[in-house]
Amino acid sequence: MLMHFVYVGIGGFLGAISRFAIAKVLNKQESLPFGTMTVNLLGAFLLGIITGAKANETLLLLLGTGFLGAFTTFSTLKLELIQFYLKNKKHFLLYIIITYGGGIGLAVLGYLIGIICWN
Amino acid sequence: MVYMYVGIAGALGAISRYFIGITFMTNSVFPWATLIVNLVGSYLLAWLTTSLFNRISVSPIIATAISTGYVGSFTTFSTLSVETIELFENQHYLLGVLYVLVSIIGGLVMSRLGFKGSKEVDSTC
Repeated sequence: MLMHFVYVGIGGFLGAISRFAIAKVLNKQESLPFGTMTVNLLGAFLLGIITGAKANETLLLLLGTGFLGAFTTFSTLKLELIQFYLKNKKHFLLYIIITYGGGIGLAVLGYLIGIICWN
Repeated sequence: MVYMYVGIAGALGAISRYFIGITFMTNSVFPWATLIVNLVGSYLLAWLTTSLFNRISVSPIIATAISTGYVGSFTTFSTLSVETIELFENQHYLLGVLYVLVSIIGGLVMSRLGFKGSKEVDSTC
């Protein structure tokens, strides 16, 4: 049981640092936050693969709950959306559509790849 | 050095999310734990970055560690996406649609509630 927390913690440590590094490079003021978009879309795709591949519990905790859970973020997405809502409604709608449409679409794609390649 | 702080806070954020996940484990097919974590985190991030960190003096590194590291890792988008397709795969179509809508709208409402003023927030948050 303790090991479960350790796996999630190690994954979370690396996931948060990776997200921070990508956001630093790709998130620019006044345009869509490509850093947040990249981590969320890529993370949804990769979690789809792991889930479809029926990875074992250790891998699910380390990579799924830990790394990809921390690599992707919901709170930052919402805060960025609120800021767009207050100043740029077009970006607001575009960002919602790309993130949710793209995220769920890529998760489906990853899920199918996981099923086909590992089962 | 800021990377190390973000990493440690990120580890704690992920562990907190996992802890809530196993504590609130229910027989319900609806992913309550992720929804609660995401809604609470949305309020918290907006409140911390636009209100609390403006009122109390806290070093930028600690502020980044708590907001980007802890709250950023506490909430998740990948799990939300995969849980949505799992609801659909198990023919819970209505719940799947409901989950996405509540996440989109509920998250915005919670973030707006925590959002004070019109201060620009560091884009790396």
